[in-house]
Amino acid sequence: MPASPPPPDDAPAAAPAALWRGLARHRPPGVDAADRAWRSPVRGPWLTSVLGAVLLATLPLVVVTGLLDWIAYGPRLGQAFPRDVGWLHPPVFDWPTRPAWLFRLTQGLHVTLGIVLVPVVLGKLWSVVPKLFDWPPARSTAQVLERLSLLLLVGGILFQTATGLLNIQYTYLFGFDFYTAHWYGAWIFTAALVTHVAIKLPRLVSALRGPGYARTPTGRTRPEPADPDGLVARRPGPATMSRRGVLALVGGGALLLAALTVGQSVDALRRTALLLPRGRRVDDGPTGFPVNRSVAAAGVTPEQTGPGWRLTLRAGNRTVTLDRARLLAMGQHTAVLPIACVEGWSTTQTWTGVRLRDLAALAGTAGPATARVRSLERAGLFREAVLHGGQVTDPDALLALRVNGVDLSPDHGYPARIVVPALPGVHCTKWVAEIVFDG
Amino acid sequence: MAEFRRAYGAAPWHLLLLAGCFAVTGWIALRLAGEASAGRMLLWFLGAVIAHDLVLFPVYASVDRALRRALGRGGGPSALNHVRIPALGAGLLLLVYLPGILGLGDGTYRAATGLAPRAMLGRWLAVSGALFAASALLYAARRLARRAP
Repeated sequence: MPASPPPPDDAPAAAPAALWRGLARHRPPGVDAADRAWRSPVRGPWLTSVLGAVLLATLPLVVVTGLLDWIAYGPRLGQAFPRDVGWLHPPVFDWPTRPAWLFRLTQGLHVTLGIVLVPVVLGKLWSVVPKLFDWPPARSTAQVLERLSLLLLVGGILFQTATGLLNIQYTYLFGFDFYTAHWYGAWIFTAALVTHVAIKLPRLVSALRGPGYARTPTGRTRPEPADPDGLVARRPGPATMSRRGVLALVGGGALLLAALTVGQSVDALRRTALLLPRGRRVDDGPTGFPVNRSVAAAGVTPEQTGPGWRLTLRAGNRTVTLDRARLLAMGQHTAVLPIACVEGWSTTQTWTGVRLRDLAALAGTAGPATARVRSLERAGLFREAVLHGGQVTDPDALLALRVNGVDLSPDHGYPARIVVPALPGVHCTKWVAEIVFDG
Repeated sequence: MAEFRRAYGAAPWHLLLLAGCFAVTGWIALRLAGEASAGRMLLWFLGAVIAHDLVLFPVYASVDRALRRALGRGGGPSALNHVRIPALGAGLLLLVYLPGILGLGDGTYRAATGLAPRAMLGRWLAVSGALFAASALLYAARRLARRAP
């Protein structure tokens, strides 16, 4: 039975040698018991490296899609949260309108993958958890610093996952601004991840190049030879599950979460998101698709949206006022477009209305640089949104009046709402009162 | 170089890399220090580690140890994994969808959408029950297959 002997006391110690040797010699009560308690024979470099490789391939996608979602909000237009990010400022660009499903894809991936990877992260942490109780905790300054960076790595992934999961389930227990915390948490995690990968990649590669254990059944599952990181148990017990069994278990957990989450983003599977708030339609009618914010929540009254409602268009000194009948009399365009929320859910609907570029032309600007859209809503973070030129002139960019062949319902923004390809849902302003074209 | 390595315990690039990592974190800490909610953020960051390493892990490891003691021996196919796997599945769902299952976001959801929140606890129990039932059926099938000549 392989057993990794503790490093001999006379091994060359880092400076100051007396400190590290003394630390190793003074074992607090309990650490020997903890050392003997690790029994699983499947812990070792191979299992940790397989789980690490999966995370190495997938976590960057979660990080990058998160960053893209910040860019989709429009940092150039002062609309990305947090607004002022100092030098941690990724290169920004005007968010494109094509493909129309771009934001649905990036945000859907960010949220869905973030959820699906939870069991992989938990499995990875399980595979290395004995290291936490190791004595001595460090044998050199290098190890002290590395362990501190691991606190940032583990804290980072757990913090990001917890805040993200709470946010999509409307639970703002944490009492701090979600955008700020999730943004800076992402940078702390990313810096720690890059560091960890740079240090550990050679270990991962050599473990995966070595003998494989993917085909070993439980009956023949034996511990790996002792490793320099001390992942292999010194006193392993009998195997109750093979390594491939552990991987299948982690993968099964990921599949289970995927099955209960994708319904948020796929209309046909909506009801399969059994445990998420967005796994439902409001009703079976043409306007029964999910509502982010109801007309009541927005404080918009029937008087405001009734026959007295007017749309005001401004460009320079020119002002045009239109009622809904005038808008319906203009050239109508129909587009099948997804609308996607930053919380990860999305839906595709058939929208009909006036092209924004036609409204810009009516106001007297053919190619505006921006359009500031104001809602009837008085309060709320998204009562106003700025679109860049490309988002105004896209042929499918609409001031929608109807959806799926009927008038918009009050909750979906009656009398008129913005729908632009690939635009984050919160910028598809509802109950539009005014559009100011600039440039 | 060898002298540095001996004193520090690793190559110089190791120190550089970690210095970069701590510089990012330090800069963020300074930047957020002025926020009224900075203390809460730190609490949640460290609390998440403590909750996983010193609460969640010891709890599930102890439960598993008890399970192994209760089911680990005996002839025939072991029931251990037939309990472990659905239990882990149910636990995973509870962990990920906990806010919904406990109804913690119901007020915010109702205020935003005007819809009555659905009771997720019953759904979670139903899914968990289905996982245990499927596992038990499989176990029964394995035992029968073992007994059949």
